[in-house]
Amino acid sequence: MKFVDEYRDIKSVKVLSKQIEEIVTRPWSIMEICGGQTHTILKYGIEELLPKQITLLHGPGCPVCVTPLEQIDKAIAIASRSGVIFTSFGDMLRVPGSKDDLLSMKANGSDVRMVYSPLDAVKIAEENKDKKVVFFAVGFETTAPVNAISVVEAKRRGLKNFSILCSHVLVPPAIEALLSSEDCMIQGFLAAGHVCTVMGYEQYIPLAEKYRTPIVVTGFEPVDILQGILMSVKQLEEGRFEVENQYNRVVTKSGNQSAKKVLDTVFDTIDRKWRGIGTIPKSGYALKKSFQDFDSEKIFDVGTIEQNESPLCIAGEVLKGTKKPNECSAFGVLCKPEIPLGAPMVSTEGACAAYFHYGKNKSLNANSEIRV
Amino acid sequence: MNEEIKINLTAGFICPIPKSEYDKILLAHGGGGSLSHQLISKMFLPQFDNELLNAQHDSAIFTVGKNKFAFTTDSYVIQPIFFPGGDIGELAVNGTINDLAVSGAKPLYITTAFIIEEGLPIDNLWKIVLSMKEAAKKAGVLIVTGDTKVVERGKGDKIFINTSGIGIVEEGIDISPKNCREGDVIIINGSIADHGIAIMSARERLAFETEIISDTAPLNDLIRSVLSASKNVHVMRDPTRGGVASTLKEIAMTAQMGIEIDEAKIPIKEEVKGACEILGFDPLYIANEGKVIIFAAKEDEKKILSVMRAHQFGKESIVIGKVVKEHPGTVVMKTIIGSTRVVEMITGEQLPRIC
Repeated sequence: MKFVDEYRDIKSVKVLSKQIEEIVTRPWSIMEICGGQTHTILKYGIEELLPKQITLLHGPGCPVCVTPLEQIDKAIAIASRSGVIFTSFGDMLRVPGSKDDLLSMKANGSDVRMVYSPLDAVKIAEENKDKKVVFFAVGFETTAPVNAISVVEAKRRGLKNFSILCSHVLVPPAIEALLSSEDCMIQGFLAAGHVCTVMGYEQYIPLAEKYRTPIVVTGFEPVDILQGILMSVKQLEEGRFEVENQYNRVVTKSGNQSAKKVLDTVFDTIDRKWRGIGTIPKSGYALKKSFQDFDSEKIFDVGTIEQNESPLCIAGEVLKGTKKPNECSAFGVLCKPEIPLGAPMVSTEGACAAYFHYGKNKSLNANSEIRV
Repeated sequence: MNEEIKINLTAGFICPIPKSEYDKILLAHGGGGSLSHQLISKMFLPQFDNELLNAQHDSAIFTVGKNKFAFTTDSYVIQPIFFPGGDIGELAVNGTINDLAVSGAKPLYITTAFIIEEGLPIDNLWKIVLSMKEAAKKAGVLIVTGDTKVVERGKGDKIFINTSGIGIVEEGIDISPKNCREGDVIIINGSIADHGIAIMSARERLAFETEIISDTAPLNDLIRSVLSASKNVHVMRDPTRGGVASTLKEIAMTAQMGIEIDEAKIPIKEEVKGACEILGFDPLYIANEGKVIIFAAKEDEKKILSVMRAHQFGKESIVIGKVVKEHPGTVVMKTIIGSTRVVEMITGEQLPRIC
């Protein structure tokens, strides 16, 4: 498949892996910020192709994983009301709140529907004027523009029964929070290619300078990831700390202007709580006053919900990259994808689920090299 | 005495699945992955406990007089009932035929039971009946008995079909996961994930440039020619729900052997690959309805491949892996970039990713 196969090409992979090995002289810890990248790293066994000096830390860039427990409980509270059609992207449905998840609400009789786009939810609202249709607007800068458009579109169509439960989070403040924390082990970042497709990478330049940390905007295929790592290692070895763009087939410095415009029209930047990490200043979006008729939290009075995570779950440390999923005592025993204790075990992009799914919980026989 | 009976009764009523996990059935319990597996191993097997069932084959194999028979059943609840490449009727006939065929049996007779939702256009039922007739004719089986129930509108989803089938196993044929041997080659008869993606596109009305067609097909004739060509076929399975990954993992666990597969060898159509990329699905876990995975002795590889490739449902047959004695119970895949990874069973419904 064009635009995919060439980035999964075994020859290019081997060349890059050799180049990394040739330039590395000492240990470096690099964090891939995005869950999609973590998924690729585990799915293709990329760590196997890296010299021992390179440690990959898996970052908090999985929207499912960082949506706080209270927000999921709010979603569940809204979904359980009669006359509500609750819509969401697929992998949010299985994330555990404090008691239930949205899929079990569906089994209990709530009208919970999976949609591929928030615009499908707008359509459902148009077709079901007697029902209140809610869309769970989660995600980073990637999903934010289309979620913003859903609100603009609902307003344009004069819909009174559509709203979004807004839980958007933003990447640069999270990078800053990680870099400024005392136990930070991150020496280089792979920034998320699709987030930068929307936003560009201007915002990252002051971060790289302030924290003297290289940031490489990186794509999602094996060749992208290895090239991103190579560029980071090169900077680290040479003592540089710049923002570089590996994903230049898609990303420009200033990003997608129309997407950014709609974000400015619809959202205000606010402080937001991240599951497992805590509140990060100016790290999320909320609907502007002019769109508050479409804000589920204003429409449904769900009260204040405060929740505590399972004491066994080390999701916070995993999301900060200070611990690997398989260093958790509950991993694979009390916490599995079908009975997750924390969100990173839910989405395939969550580091714990990726570790579980791709067999990082197994110690394979040393002689198991494949010769098919 | 009374005390003893009481204890036994109580034991019979204790749900063996820990309450803390699920107190209600979720869709994933029917998804063919680890939750389905849990229902079977913790609820059905211990309670229905018998030798034929415990073999956990696609069909129960038993002997009457001198003859060995295979017996199987399956229900079809697919939505939409008409989809690119087939419909629920054809699927219901082919599915049961394939379950018998992969057990090494020649399918003879099948039964059908319809549960129809009030309001289904009679014309739809007629189309389904005609396509069942056609599918049975193609496969050379007879539909010999049936049942019809109608439920109130809203209490079903248009139409559910159950089919059961019986077939005869010729002498000398013994197909079972426990027969797989170190060095066996693993063959598949063509591209994976076509059915699941065809259904998904039709259900969600996703329009791709090329229409993706379900691979539903009767495999009994193909399998018959394989079994005539080789006496060294050890295991066969049709990778339906849960896909190729779950099927291989299941065989590895039952046989307590290791399986190694090569990602680059697994055939996937470009358009299916594209759809999986867009939706964030792994084709290894997507359902097939016209595919068979065959484990056979390495020395018969060429013979088997040549008869398969000569058959209309096996033109793209290819070896995708082999059986090893290392890492028993585990499936390991060599990825297209040359690294290795473990392939696990699916754990719930595959859900489209956010981004």
